[in-house]
Amino acid sequence: MLLLTCPWCGPRDETEYHYGGQAHVPYPEDPAALSDEEWAQYLFYRDNPSGPYAERWSHSGGCRKWFNVVRDTRTYDFLAVYKPTDPRPEIEVTR
Amino acid sequence: MAGGDFGAQKEWLWRSAEPKASYDAIVVGGGGHGLTTAYYLAKYHGITNLAVVEKGWLAGGNMARNTTIIRSNYLWDESAAIYEFSLKQWEQWPDELDYDFLFKQCGVLNLAHTLQDVRDSQRRINANTLNGVDAEWLDPQDVADFCPIVNVSDDVRYPVLGGTLQPRGGIAKHDHVAWALARALDSMGVDLIENCEVTDFIKDGNRVTGVVTSRGRINAGVVGLASAGHSSVLAAKAGFRLPVQSHPLQALVSELYEPVHPTVVMSNHVHVYVSQAHKGELVMGAGVDSYNGYGQRGSFHVIEHQMAAALELFPIFSSARLLRTWGGIVDVSPDASPIIGSTPVENLYVNCGWGTGGFKATPGAGFTLAHTMATGEAHDLNKPFGLERFVTGALIDEHGAAAVAH
Repeated sequence: MLLLTCPWCGPRDETEYHYGGQAHVPYPEDPAALSDEEWAQYLFYRDNPSGPYAERWSHSGGCRKWFNVVRDTRTYDFLAVYKPTDPRPEIEVTR
Repeated sequence: MAGGDFGAQKEWLWRSAEPKASYDAIVVGGGGHGLTTAYYLAKYHGITNLAVVEKGWLAGGNMARNTTIIRSNYLWDESAAIYEFSLKQWEQWPDELDYDFLFKQCGVLNLAHTLQDVRDSQRRINANTLNGVDAEWLDPQDVADFCPIVNVSDDVRYPVLGGTLQPRGGIAKHDHVAWALARALDSMGVDLIENCEVTDFIKDGNRVTGVVTSRGRINAGVVGLASAGHSSVLAAKAGFRLPVQSHPLQALVSELYEPVHPTVVMSNHVHVYVSQAHKGELVMGAGVDSYNGYGQRGSFHVIEHQMAAALELFPIFSSARLLRTWGGIVDVSPDASPIIGSTPVENLYVNCGWGTGGFKATPGAGFTLAHTMATGEAHDLNKPFGLERFVTGALIDEHGAAAVAH
C-alpha cells in the first residue's frame, strides 16, 4: 500500500485518498474556439509516461483537499508533493 | 497432437529466431494478440516474410497473467460483433491449430446485487439475444442450482438477486494457446524474435519503415503494435499520443483443490471474479489500481476488497489459502473499448486499449489488426474501434459489460 503525505494532514495510507489523474491540465481558455480535434485532446488524451508523472490526488478520507504530486510510475515512489497552486517542481531523474 | 496433459514438451514448439535485416511486416509484442496478428497475416494475407518482436519472452506478459475468462456478452452491437467473432474462433481453434488448449465452455455467470444491476443485466440479455449471443437470466434459485457454492441467502450485505449466464463462455489454458499459435507460426516460417525490445521507430517523413531494437535495426514495410500496457510508451517513441492510461491489474490463485467450482462467476457490484483452473487453483481477480503504473504489482487493499467479496459470495472459501498474487499492466481507454486501426504515422497500426479484457478477444484483435495491416483499411469488425471515435464522439461505452472496474 502506498504511503502518501497530504500537504495539510501528513502521511496517510493510500486508502484515504482518491486518484485524480494528470495534473496541470487547464480548462480551455476559449472553449467555443476549440475544434473537435482539440476537444478530443482536452477530454480524452492524457500523458501516460513510464517515469515521473505529475498527478492529482484528493485526501477524500481526511481534509478533502486536492493536491499535486510527482510520482514515478515505475517504482511508485513519490518524488514531490505540492499544493495545487504551486508549479510542478523540477526533479532530476537519475534512472 | 495429444493435448491436455501438463507434461514437458518433447520438442521445442518454435525456434527463437535471429532478426533479419528486413521483413514485409513486423508485429511488436509477442503476447496473444501479437501472435494472433501474425497468424492471420500469414494465413489470410500470405505475408510470411514476417517477424514478431518481443522484449521479453514469448507470451510472458499479460498473456501469462490473465484470469483466462472467455465470453462475448457485451452490450453494444460493435462489441458483440467482435467478441462473438472471437468466441466462434475459440470454438474452432483447437481443431484449426491442432492443439488442445483446454477451452472449457463451463459458462460465465455475471451476478446482480441491486435492482439497477438486475435491470441492466436484463437489458444486456435482450441486447445479446438480438445479436445472436447466447444469454439467459437466472433467478437466485437458478444460480444456486447452477453453481451450488454461491451463497444466495438474504442475510448478506449485497444479496444475489440473480445473474446473467452465457453458457458458451468459459476458460482456456492461456500458455497452451500461445504455444499453439507459436507452433503454427513457426511452421509457416514466421520469425519469433524474443529478448528484442523496440527502442525507437525508423521513419521516412511520416511513414514508418522499420524499428530500432535492442538487437539492431530491422526494416519493415508495415508495423503493427500489440503491446498492451506499454502501447502509449511505444506510441510516444513513434511521435503520437494514444488516449489510454496504463494501470496495474492483479490476480491471485489459491492452493489446489478438488473440483468445487463448476463455472466462472463474476460480480461487478461486490467486485470479484472466480473460476477454478483445470489444475485446481481458485483463480480470482478484481479491478485495477486507481493510479497509473508500470510496476507490475498491485495494492494490497485491492486484494483485501476482493477477498471480502469472495468470502461473502463463497463462504466455502473461508479456509482457502492464498498461493500467489501477481500483477500486469493494462491500458485503459476512456470508453472501456479497444482501439484497433491506423495511427497518425503511415504504415503503423495499433491494437491497444483492451483494458482488463484482452484475453477473450485474442482471435478478434489479431484478425482485425492483420486485416488492417495487410490492406491499409479497417475490417467491418474494427471500423468502429478506430482512434477517430474520440474526435467524432462515437464512443462505445462498455464500462458496464467490461465487468471489471477500470
